Amino acid sequence: MEKIVYDQLQEQLYYEKMPNGLDVYILPKKSFNKTYATFTTKYGSVDNQFVPRGKTEMKRVPDGIAHFLEHKLFEKEDGDVFQQFSKQGASANAFTSFTRTAYLFSSTSNVEKNLETLIDFVQTPYFSEQTVEKEKGIIGQEIRMYDDNPDWRLYFGVIESLYQHHPVKIDIAGTVESIAGITKELLYECYETFYHPSNMLLFIVGPVDETAMMEQIRHNQMKKTFLEASPVQRFVYNEPEGAATPYRVIPMHVQTSKCLVGIKAKYVMQKGKEKLKHELAMNVLLDYLFGKSSPHYERLYKLGLIDETFAYEYTEEEQFGFAIVGGDTSNPDQLSEELKHIMLSFQESKLTVEELERVKKKKIGSFLRALNSPEYIANQFTRYAFHETSLFDVVPVLESLTVADIAQVANECFHESQLAVCQVVPKEERT
Amino acid sequence: MIREYITTMKGFRTHLLPTDKYKTNTLVLKMKAPLAKEIVTLRALLPYVWQSGTKTYPSMKALRTHLDELYGATLNVDLTKKGEYHIITVRLDVANEKFLKEQPSLLRQAVQLLSEIVLSPALENGRFVSQIVEQEKRALKQRIQSVYDDKMRYANLRLVEEMCQNEPYALHVHGRLEDVDAITPESLFSYYEKALQEDEIDLYIIGDMEETSTLEMAQSYFQFPSRSTQEAKQASTPPKAITNVREVVEKQDIKQGKLNIGYRTHITYEDDDYYALQQFNGIFGGFSHSKLFINVREKASLAYYAASRLESHKGLLMVMAGIEPANYEKAMQIIHEQMKAMKQGDFTDEEMEQTKAVIRNQLLETLDTPRGLVEVLYHNVVSSRKRPIEEWLAKTDEVSREDVIRVAEKIELDTIYFLTGMEGEQ
Repeated sequence: MEKIVYDQLQEQLYYEKMPNGLDVYILPKKSFNKTYATFTTKYGSVDNQFVPRGKTEMKRVPDGIAHFLEHKLFEKEDGDVFQQFSKQGASANAFTSFTRTAYLFSSTSNVEKNLETLIDFVQTPYFSEQTVEKEKGIIGQEIRMYDDNPDWRLYFGVIESLYQHHPVKIDIAGTVESIAGITKELLYECYETFYHPSNMLLFIVGPVDETAMMEQIRHNQMKKTFLEASPVQRFVYNEPEGAATPYRVIPMHVQTSKCLVGIKAKYVMQKGKEKLKHELAMNVLLDYLFGKSSPHYERLYKLGLIDETFAYEYTEEEQFGFAIVGGDTSNPDQLSEELKHIMLSFQESKLTVEELERVKKKKIGSFLRALNSPEYIANQFTRYAFHETSLFDVVPVLESLTVADIAQVANECFHESQLAVCQVVPKEERT
Repeated sequence: MIREYITTMKGFRTHLLPTDKYKTNTLVLKMKAPLAKEIVTLRALLPYVWQSGTKTYPSMKALRTHLDELYGATLNVDLTKKGEYHIITVRLDVANEKFLKEQPSLLRQAVQLLSEIVLSPALENGRFVSQIVEQEKRALKQRIQSVYDDKMRYANLRLVEEMCQNEPYALHVHGRLEDVDAITPESLFSYYEKALQEDEIDLYIIGDMEETSTLEMAQSYFQFPSRSTQEAKQASTPPKAITNVREVVEKQDIKQGKLNIGYRTHITYEDDDYYALQQFNGIFGGFSHSKLFINVREKASLAYYAASRLESHKGLLMVMAGIEPANYEKAMQIIHEQMKAMKQGDFTDEEMEQTKAVIRNQLLETLDTPRGLVEVLYHNVVSSRKRPIEEWLAKTDEVSREDVIRVAEKIELDTIYFLTGMEGEQ
């Protein structure tokens, strides 16, 4: 077991790679009541074409299958794992993102038992035809719920506008039609390809004894047999630089219009510190341009073009990166023009060192605040680890950013062809 | 388990919650008054005007720049209803300097800033700045209207409106759209002066602090005006007698039906039966092992969400489920059956134990976040009943099957609200 100390943050992290390839991290937090654990596979909604384990040909699977598998993994021959967790006083959950599927629990008692339950249920799939069919009704209602949610429709609307081929443009849950094609056999095929321990990471944070817990995990893994680790071959999409659809309007039953501008990154760093730096530089740039203390924010707010829902964010994963800026607005066309203009007229010379330092200070403070949350630590640590970089490097990398670094990402991303506008407008207004 | 030091000061109470759990220190100021039609919109506007400028930082940009300088301190405001009370909350969260390379005294600056936001807002001619008030009036209107666009929230709000007609609780937390235009910088300012004198005000400070000096800081910066009344105003509503169950159906162009059902429990946070009511809700619909989740979702596969929750200070139980419009009857029948099962005591000892374990866990987890901790402790301000955490845990354990059945028998169906699609209409 390796011990990694972060002096400035006063944190100590313990790491061990199991013989089967599973990465395990433990971050003791003695003053917390709860322990939070995530067991995550590097498998998400974008992994829709790959070579299944033991096969040689690329295969396309139905949209939404990673998320469907996440739902179905909770069901076992003898019942539902949720029941088991609640008997042990834990609250369990799971989520599927573009690139990851995470299973998790939090509990303030029976932590060893709950950890055992978490590892075992994820490592023991049980899919039956009958339960697969039943789940289609439940997920169908989940999809309908999001269909009625204008913010969700807008978010996916803008991603769909940015990408021509890459499956990031497809809703994580798929569609009612696509999930109809999911079978027990397909679920097993996906499971065997992506749920090998060597493709997974276990993270535990809370008032735990790291030595005893690591021993428990070792013991648990030694009892089980796994096939040899074999790297997953994913299809690599050849995505053009430009946005697919520059402008799109979705009429919905709403009273307030919404507008988002999407920005497609030209380059995506493969992994490591460079990737972290690229992502942070883009986030600092957005904060400088659109943060609440920026001149643009104040002006747009005074014009009534934005309100407190205004937000911005940049996400970079292995094969794609995009930023999204916008929110509710009284005038979606004027807001999209303003936002585009702000980005396209960015000038390096206007960004002073003092302003950059202020944004960095703000980012460092919000990073510390995020570390109050065990959920944030576990989820983000896992995300960064899959990118072969570390959450705990955020502060030093932020501190190292220069005006030139910020200008570089601006020059890379702020081109008309890489932008897409998507709006939700009240249905009545359009005839 | 929780160290909370409460000190009564001039015009407000300070609650110190020292802990080394966090990397930031948190200040939460709460102002409470009875919900009333005449003032609800003024109160909904007030904190948003505060966060748009202070005497020293007279614009949003100046204030936000200052927050950035304080290592990205965050400032946010919100409004909530607790029973028949309307509560304004202002939160300021600031990094603990011991995790920074430089070590400025951020906590003191944060206390000073929060006091300035509330006590020294930006003024012109002795009243609020008209440009700020106009701008925030516009934002408030947008906030009130935006509920309409979030169909799950909208359905819940409509249920409360229908169910609590003629009760203050029916008022929207963000006020009345029709009252926004008439607000002037003068009328808002005179209400502000009144609120500072009459509201019950509580300041919570959570984090790594030296208690004596922190208390002195609070005392020296928060100089509230002298109060016209000693006791905070008490809200009350007579119990409502349900004569017949109301069914309200509303149609919109949506794909999923939102079914929201309201019950009167006749039990609030004040009552001895409160813990048994929590237990009832846990078995009935509060969790993923509950009857609603198992029967509406897992067995019948009718819904993705099917749950219940309590409005503790108002004594309401709310059920919500998202269903295919055509499945209304089927879903209603299953929900009625689950309620009947509860009243008949048709639940196992295992369900009892499971629910106690999960309630206990949920409470302890809530105490792990500064925000959750304040919300739990603030129940004791809203209610005349004081419930220490230790009592909460012990009493939850003591709840018996008979207690749950007794509580179930008191619960009455009041209103069924269904927001559904327009299929077949056009």
